[in-house]
Amino acid sequence: MTALVAMKDIEKSFPGVRALHNAQLDLRAGEVHALMGENGAGKSTMMKILAGIYRRDGGEILLDGKPVEINSPRQAQDLGIGIIHQELNLMPHLTAAQNMFIGREPRKAAGLLLDEARLNADAAEIFASMHLKLDPRTLIDGLTIARQQMVEIAKALSYRSRVLIMDEPTAALNDAEINELFAIIARLKAEGVGIVYISHKMDELKRIADRVTVMRDGEYIGTVPAADTPVEKIISMMVGRALTEERPDLPDHANSDVVLKVKNLNRGAAIRNVGFSVRKGEILGFAGLMGAGRTEVARAIFGADRRDSGDIFMHGRKVDIRMPQDAVRAGIGYLSEDRKHFGLATGMDVRNNVVLASLRRFAGPGGLLREAAMHDAASRYIDQLAIKTPSDRQEVRLLSGGNQQKIVIAKWLLRDCEVLIFDEPTRGIDVGAKNEIYKLLNALARQGRAIIVISSELPEVLRLSHRIAVMCEGRLTGILPGGASQEEIMHLATLRGEGANQNNQPAKGDAK
Amino acid sequence: MSATASTGIVSMGSKFSGAHRLLAFASLIALILVFSLASPNFMQTSNIIAILQATSVNGVLAIAATLVIITGGIDLSVGTLMTFCAVIAGVVLTFWGMPLGFGVLAAILAGAASGTLSGTFVAKLKIPPFIATLGMMLILKGLSLVISGTRPIYFNGTPGFTQISQGSLIGSVFPALPIPNGVLILFLVAIATSFILERTILGRFTFALGSNEEAVRLSGVNTDRWKIAVYALAGSICGIAGLLISSRLNSAQPALGQGYELDAIAAVVIGGTSLSGGRGTIIGTLIGALIISVLANGLRILSVAQEWQTVVTGSIIILAVYTDILRRRRL
Repeated sequence: MTALVAMKDIEKSFPGVRALHNAQLDLRAGEVHALMGENGAGKSTMMKILAGIYRRDGGEILLDGKPVEINSPRQAQDLGIGIIHQELNLMPHLTAAQNMFIGREPRKAAGLLLDEARLNADAAEIFASMHLKLDPRTLIDGLTIARQQMVEIAKALSYRSRVLIMDEPTAALNDAEINELFAIIARLKAEGVGIVYISHKMDELKRIADRVTVMRDGEYIGTVPAADTPVEKIISMMVGRALTEERPDLPDHANSDVVLKVKNLNRGAAIRNVGFSVRKGEILGFAGLMGAGRTEVARAIFGADRRDSGDIFMHGRKVDIRMPQDAVRAGIGYLSEDRKHFGLATGMDVRNNVVLASLRRFAGPGGLLREAAMHDAASRYIDQLAIKTPSDRQEVRLLSGGNQQKIVIAKWLLRDCEVLIFDEPTRGIDVGAKNEIYKLLNALARQGRAIIVISSELPEVLRLSHRIAVMCEGRLTGILPGGASQEEIMHLATLRGEGANQNNQPAKGDAK
Repeated sequence: MSATASTGIVSMGSKFSGAHRLLAFASLIALILVFSLASPNFMQTSNIIAILQATSVNGVLAIAATLVIITGGIDLSVGTLMTFCAVIAGVVLTFWGMPLGFGVLAAILAGAASGTLSGTFVAKLKIPPFIATLGMMLILKGLSLVISGTRPIYFNGTPGFTQISQGSLIGSVFPALPIPNGVLILFLVAIATSFILERTILGRFTFALGSNEEAVRLSGVNTDRWKIAVYALAGSICGIAGLLISSRLNSAQPALGQGYELDAIAAVVIGGTSLSGGRGTIIGTLIGALIISVLANGLRILSVAQEWQTVVTGSIIILAVYTDILRRRRL
């Protein structure tokens, strides 16, 4: 059987880095082929070469057994290769149909006018083939991320794509949306479309992938059938060694001091009367579906967003937090889920990012910065957290996701925060580095810090948390002990409606 | 340790705009070569001093603009602020008859006050920098005319005033080097600002704000205050420019000023500072300002009509930014 696409011995270098060496991939028609590897393994580079975004330095690409040159995204489209990027490329103020056919709109009146009716009809036809109920005239702005993704897929299909590349398509989707996506993938498969699927989530692969190709350090490691290869085997192929799953030890914190206490927190419909407390040395996990309001709670506590009402206490004393600087002064640090936008100045070097929250401490008379002391501080954390960087002058954007996350952690450790709120601490971080982050969080808790971990991955919550707070639709629906089962958490995470307010403190309806 | 301390000064901006700055510097040298081959008058000491003198005002304004642009903002008010500060100096020295030092101080303080106001509009009221400084540009232009009664204010009562720009401290020590004070002040402002940008906490936050303001805010930094401080510093530098230009003309000309901001921004851009913020250097801006005045001077010596000079300057801006884009694309 000829492969639909065969990429052979692909080579690619960027200035100073060899990104791909002897990389291979063969994709059959009608299969979902998962491409796996740690961050920096070369998956995205490989797919960008297939999609015509990068040019390869060596090797060959065969389409239906015939060698092809793909030098631009346009050429890739003409050959029937579509890519759905992790970050969607849609114009929010145009409709779904307008987005799909941008640049090749049907015309009428000798090409002078746009044929809006045809446009919408064409789009509707593609939606129908996907069994997607969506009005082509809806503005992208008003769609959920999941729906926007569907529009991207429809757009790719409108080019009669036979090859579809999906880069972490479920990163921003909730379970129901993931099911819908997978249903569409199944239909595409049945029609003979070959799908390359990049993801970090192991459970997804088991559900939809037929075969898995693993890459490491820009090289091809192997291709295995998805169904009968144990997850451990795939992980060890990815990291080059076997990982042992650690069970969390569940220390009893009942007698430790309460460090942070939050009471009757409210913010519009996003946060409704949330209250909880975290003790010294404790890791409190926050579970819930996408949009449950966990990030909103974190940002409100931190002063990043305004809150309608609610009191925050540190060591029993009420603190007035209106801006992030108030929170930091009180000893609370927040590590955003979106490091690139909210956590790091990626154009600056490691040193300056590590000291960013403590820069005043390094300023002498006249505001003169003591670079030597900054270097010492940065180097100390580079050693302590095993941050992989050539030096503390390396620009942060050139480092991997795991190392970037460690830099954000270093920033807050240097600031000496007692309470650390981690929002999706391992998002976009590969398996090996995840383990390191977990160990780090445990170590921080043992040192006596109070830690809050927000995570959408249940295994992560279960693995880390000493107690688990579950939210649904802006409410705290319950707090479970660390050993809770996934079913218990899911039950609380889907507990909708007014009657669901089962806080560990009496609910007050008149909090405002 | 000494190695890291010494790399400190070439931190943030240089790594990125280094290549661009080299290119800008090479273009400057090339221009000088071409003009000196084309005309024997070009390399005369008197002409070189004229070029430097002509650069001093735009150079100082461009340094002010560089600060704001590195934060990711833009300052359209530098030109009319310069005039406003000159008028304030005129009020203090000529109308009130106070000693020279008070006039200098008043001009710089007026600049700082106006910068603080612009900075407050941008940081606190969240008005986009383009609009806030556009408003300030017009406000200051009007105020200069109102305060001066639309007439130039002459500094005949303050004999030392012309010395600020036209005297030559260096020349009085080394008669062979009659470099005017205006040029000396330009270089002193450049060195001081460069030092602030590369070595102090204010400078570091200037880059950090331009690099990712939200990340800085979420690090618990009072970003509003630092941003206002940057605008205030830029404003006080405009005050210095006001002193330079009025000293050279021995008068504060209230109708002058508008249009200077574009030359200043042009110098910043040619010098490799990114308009999207986070990167830039003072030395680059200085080279950019020199390129503009060398062009103007050289074309004049070659008797090219003045109308054409702006055409050339405009083309240079587009070329400079395009080469930067080309270089970046290769990365």
